[in-house]
Amino acid sequence: MSEKFTMKLLRLLEQNSRLSASALAAMCGVSEEEIKDALKTLENDGIIIGYHTVVNWNKVGVDPVTAMIEVKITPQRDVGFNRIAERIANFPEVQSVYLMSGTYDLSIIIQASNMQAIADFVSYKLSTIDGVQGTISHFILKRYKDDGLLFESHETDTRLAVTP
Amino acid sequence: MEMNKYINQNILNLPPSGIRKFFDLVSQSSGIISLGVGEPDFVTPWDIRETAWYSLTRGFTMYSPNRGLLELRELIAEYEQKSIGVSYDPASEVLVTVGASEAVDLAFRALLEPGDEVLIPDPSYVAYAPGATMAYGVPVAVPTFDTDEYRLKVDQLAAKITPRSKLLVLSYPNNPTGGIMGKEDLQALVKLIIENDLIVLSDEIYAELTYEGQHVSIASLPGMRDRTVVINGFSKAFAMTGWRIGYACGHSDIIAAMNKIHQYAIMCAPMMAQKAAIEALKNGHHEMKAMVEDYNNRRLLIVKGLREIGLSCFEPRGAFYCFPSIQRTGLTSEEFCMRLVHEAKVAAVPGTAFGASGEGFIRCCYAASVENIEEALERIQQFITHL
Repeated sequence: MSEKFTMKLLRLLEQNSRLSASALAAMCGVSEEEIKDALKTLENDGIIIGYHTVVNWNKVGVDPVTAMIEVKITPQRDVGFNRIAERIANFPEVQSVYLMSGTYDLSIIIQASNMQAIADFVSYKLSTIDGVQGTISHFILKRYKDDGLLFESHETDTRLAVTP
Repeated sequence: MEMNKYINQNILNLPPSGIRKFFDLVSQSSGIISLGVGEPDFVTPWDIRETAWYSLTRGFTMYSPNRGLLELRELIAEYEQKSIGVSYDPASEVLVTVGASEAVDLAFRALLEPGDEVLIPDPSYVAYAPGATMAYGVPVAVPTFDTDEYRLKVDQLAAKITPRSKLLVLSYPNNPTGGIMGKEDLQALVKLIIENDLIVLSDEIYAELTYEGQHVSIASLPGMRDRTVVINGFSKAFAMTGWRIGYACGHSDIIAAMNKIHQYAIMCAPMMAQKAAIEALKNGHHEMKAMVEDYNNRRLLIVKGLREIGLSCFEPRGAFYCFPSIQRTGLTSEEFCMRLVHEAKVAAVPGTAFGASGEGFIRCCYAASVENIEEALERIQQFITHL
């Protein structure tokens, strides 16, 4: 697999993971078999972590609560922030964990069915971890854009059907 | 009351656009996937739109100088220097116009005497021949062929030159074929052009949409700068078709003559569009390149798909069109496209809309979503199988 091919394949899939193997093959100038092999390799190597769909749940009447939580932790000898970060990351309700520069250490994004569930997570699970010094929770009120995608796009294709 | 007797004969006799009829047909049908458009499927990048908006809030709603804002002309000169390697003086050799279309019209009107012949590669964009006619010139089609990848060949050009030949139109990358002219291809024409004292109108609106190698302008070749009017604009590269903003670069005498018409007929290009164009040239490069890469991916997809269906299609290296041959179906271009709309619900444009040499071919624009391209290919295949 040439690096150029790999990079192109990854860029295409990052934008649209639903592109068919035949479309990817045409765009990369290789066979479908080569695409399938490349995908398998990239998945096995942990370069492609997964494929997911960005859903606007509000539109189907589901209203999950999302919070961003700032966490201050005491780094541990030899492993720094990693062990605590990984421990937090393993909770299924945690969507993202980032190590931050600045006034706090970890930024966590957590989603749950209601506010109480998040409050419980913070008080019973997160705050009780050894090394967690303190947390500040920010609840998300509305999503405008996620993963580079606008939730409400006002743009429609207004082109005339046939033009010179 | 019959009013046609009042209409100027020259206008009355202009043939109607070959696309118009087709447009009406497609507009009346539903569920059509259109490969018939001639513009990007991207909306203008947000930075550019936002800048235009800001310019309105700042009150930039007045006339600009006739030739366009000096800042924009300076950026255009800088851009052309970088992209085609020719330098133009922003003060006297750059004119900002209402789309590249206005620049083409101005060049015809500024250069042609009644009866002067305008050599136009065929097939080409639909406006050159009527534009020449409206300026009382005489359009002369110079055929180009898929076997030459639609390059203009020197012997074809030589065969059409007469003592009345005045102007040669070059529009590469080409609409409708996607053909390009490389440095050698252009170099082969230079001697003939200079010997016959022709002026070249080089419409380079698709220059940024060159997928293999670098776009080359004939103006960059020795002896050609002063006898070439380079026309370009923001519509295709920056997805700004509706803004109507373009420009011409060339010798100061020619630009001055074009500006004379422009100042009386138009005054100046819209201020808001000029502000947007400034932003495009200053900060739009990255997004433009991303759009070009996206077109390229879809180009590869559609060309491979058409060939797999069994329609031969030469490799288009520019613009966002491909021009497959439908000769094996035994239908004319127009029959093919009409039936394709009715029976397969896919709109493409008959090659003949772009000149007689387009017979046997159709223009497919791939500025469409991957899903639509794949669905259109599927439908075309079904259609051809059941012919």
